[in-house]
Amino acid sequence: MAGWITKGGHGAQTSIVDGKQHILLMPAWVVIGILLVIPVLVMLIYSFLTQDFRGGVIWEFTLEAYDQFFIDRGLFGDDPPRIEWTYIGIFWRSFLQALFAMVFCFLIGFPTAYFIATRAPKSRSFWLFLITIPYWVNLLIRTVSMKFLIRDTGPLNNWLMSWGVIDDPISMINTNFAIQLGLFYSYLPFMVLPIYASIERYNFALSEAAADLYSNRWTTLFKVVIPAVKPGIIAGCILVFIPSLGAFLAPDLLGGAKNFMIGSLVEEQFKGQSGDWPFGAAVSMILLTIIMIILLFYARAQSRDNTGGH
Amino acid sequence: MRKITMTLGAAALAMSFAQSAAAEKLTVYHWFEYIPQELLNEFTAETGIEVVMDTYDSNEALFANLKAGGLGSYDVAVPGDYMVKIMNDEGMLDTFSPSELKNFGNIMDQWVNVDFDMGRKSSIPYQWGSTSFMVDRNVYSGDIRTTDIIFNPPSELKGKINILDTAGETLAFASLHMGFPQCSNDRAQLKELSKMLETAKADWASFNSDGAKDVLASGDAAAGMIWNGFGAKARAERGSLEYSYPDQGYIVWMDNVVLLKDAPNRDAALKFMDFLLEPENAAAVTNYARYTAGVKGVEAYLDPELVTSPENNPPADAPAGTFIEVCAPETQALYDAIWTQLKK
Repeated sequence: MAGWITKGGHGAQTSIVDGKQHILLMPAWVVIGILLVIPVLVMLIYSFLTQDFRGGVIWEFTLEAYDQFFIDRGLFGDDPPRIEWTYIGIFWRSFLQALFAMVFCFLIGFPTAYFIATRAPKSRSFWLFLITIPYWVNLLIRTVSMKFLIRDTGPLNNWLMSWGVIDDPISMINTNFAIQLGLFYSYLPFMVLPIYASIERYNFALSEAAADLYSNRWTTLFKVVIPAVKPGIIAGCILVFIPSLGAFLAPDLLGGAKNFMIGSLVEEQFKGQSGDWPFGAAVSMILLTIIMIILLFYARAQSRDNTGGH
Repeated sequence: MRKITMTLGAAALAMSFAQSAAAEKLTVYHWFEYIPQELLNEFTAETGIEVVMDTYDSNEALFANLKAGGLGSYDVAVPGDYMVKIMNDEGMLDTFSPSELKNFGNIMDQWVNVDFDMGRKSSIPYQWGSTSFMVDRNVYSGDIRTTDIIFNPPSELKGKINILDTAGETLAFASLHMGFPQCSNDRAQLKELSKMLETAKADWASFNSDGAKDVLASGDAAAGMIWNGFGAKARAERGSLEYSYPDQGYIVWMDNVVLLKDAPNRDAALKFMDFLLEPENAAAVTNYARYTAGVKGVEAYLDPELVTSPENNPPADAPAGTFIEVCAPETQALYDAIWTQLKK
């Protein structure tokens, strides 16, 4: 490789250095091809195959897995077909949960990012450093620690009781609140960092100009700052929403695993007793399709913004 | 210069090969928190075989991983009774003759001819125990020898119950509660079972298997399904916990060390089995995991506390335990659907 670069003409060399040649993407393409595209294709194919008892597939084409997802034929399979709400319900719960996580992360993450971006350049890296500290520890360990912290006999309840704020422990563990707390804590930096990057590039002279035109602070925030840093906000929202959607550590450890989330539903198909690989694959494919549709809509809205903008 | 590097590289490669050939290896796929590390170290010290261990938290997870391509990378695993049969039916097990194990005679007589592996052709007994539940007596002091504690709990325990997150054991236990067979095809029974579970779930706090001890010991749960030995460990951390042998019945199981098909180190695997059939070593596992060994002559090495522990000694009037049955595929599918319905 090194030889190729030095032997190549002057033009080739500079275009590589300038980042104009696709060769720079080669490592990324190889990684994506092997680690992403092939596994997804395998899952796509598996979702159309026949289930083998207790895991595995039989190489016979069937739509059984998708049928199971959408159509309810009763426990014994001979009721008149109706719409199956079980899995749609699981998807709905997971989407709602991811949506809440995204909103909470935004409400806390935006002011945080704004604060950091408006510090003196020297101290910014210190604040960013603080944000990343929890990420030195594995996600599982952080989630388990959260569980220890909020359990009925945990330090949080003990403090509140010893300060006389509450008389009986507040049951936080195994609730939706605990799940939200776990997701929020896990994904907050994914919100803070992209927004920070946007605000850092924001030209604060624009805010001053707005103030000169008698805009109050809130109007400036909503009409000037937020539209200007919108790409960072959207990037942050996507980065929080998508992993929250598939999360199963927080629902299992903090929520008590009482209800399937999309992640645990898929896990159960591959790891649990039912061993229904095609169904697990089909659930993954349906989720992938929904996310792609959302992202496509976003991309279209984005390009309309860019071309039709003022 | 280049030549020197190449020679050095080749030498390093040769050395790494030589090393891997010299150090014999054994790869064990085992339940979590079950075998003491010191015992594995002792095996290495005795035989020079290096042990690598991966763990799982349910028979189903073990099976799923082996089916998904884990076969050929592990030498031995520790499935429960019914899973031995399933794995054998799937052709996942290798066989050995009794003469290949010098300690084969140490197997307790009642554990040689078991219906999941007649004559012990692929497995040796490891530990056996029961699956039932524990109750924190500080929270509830009434009668606990009934499965109502889990499936129709008194008000003190409502919302404070942990369930094992393993479909097989939990549904079998629920069937005992209802007095139904484990592999029922009867529509009315299955519907009733499903309905009972959905009602009971409103009173449960969580589903957790590998944390079953922790939730009880920490007080997060005031009652919870648990394996007897794991329960003994929970009681060591929280003295007010009591294990129940309910009148409706409870599950008994035996874990077994099996020789896996395509084991990369078959000889090392057999040496390991022989090692585990030594009474002293079987007792070491028992002392750690608090279950009961299936090997003769362990008594002398047992922790005296175990001999009288309430988890290992059912009351005289307790019913006999029930082994988990292997259902036919179409029946199993119904139970899988009930489980999904329960957790939807």
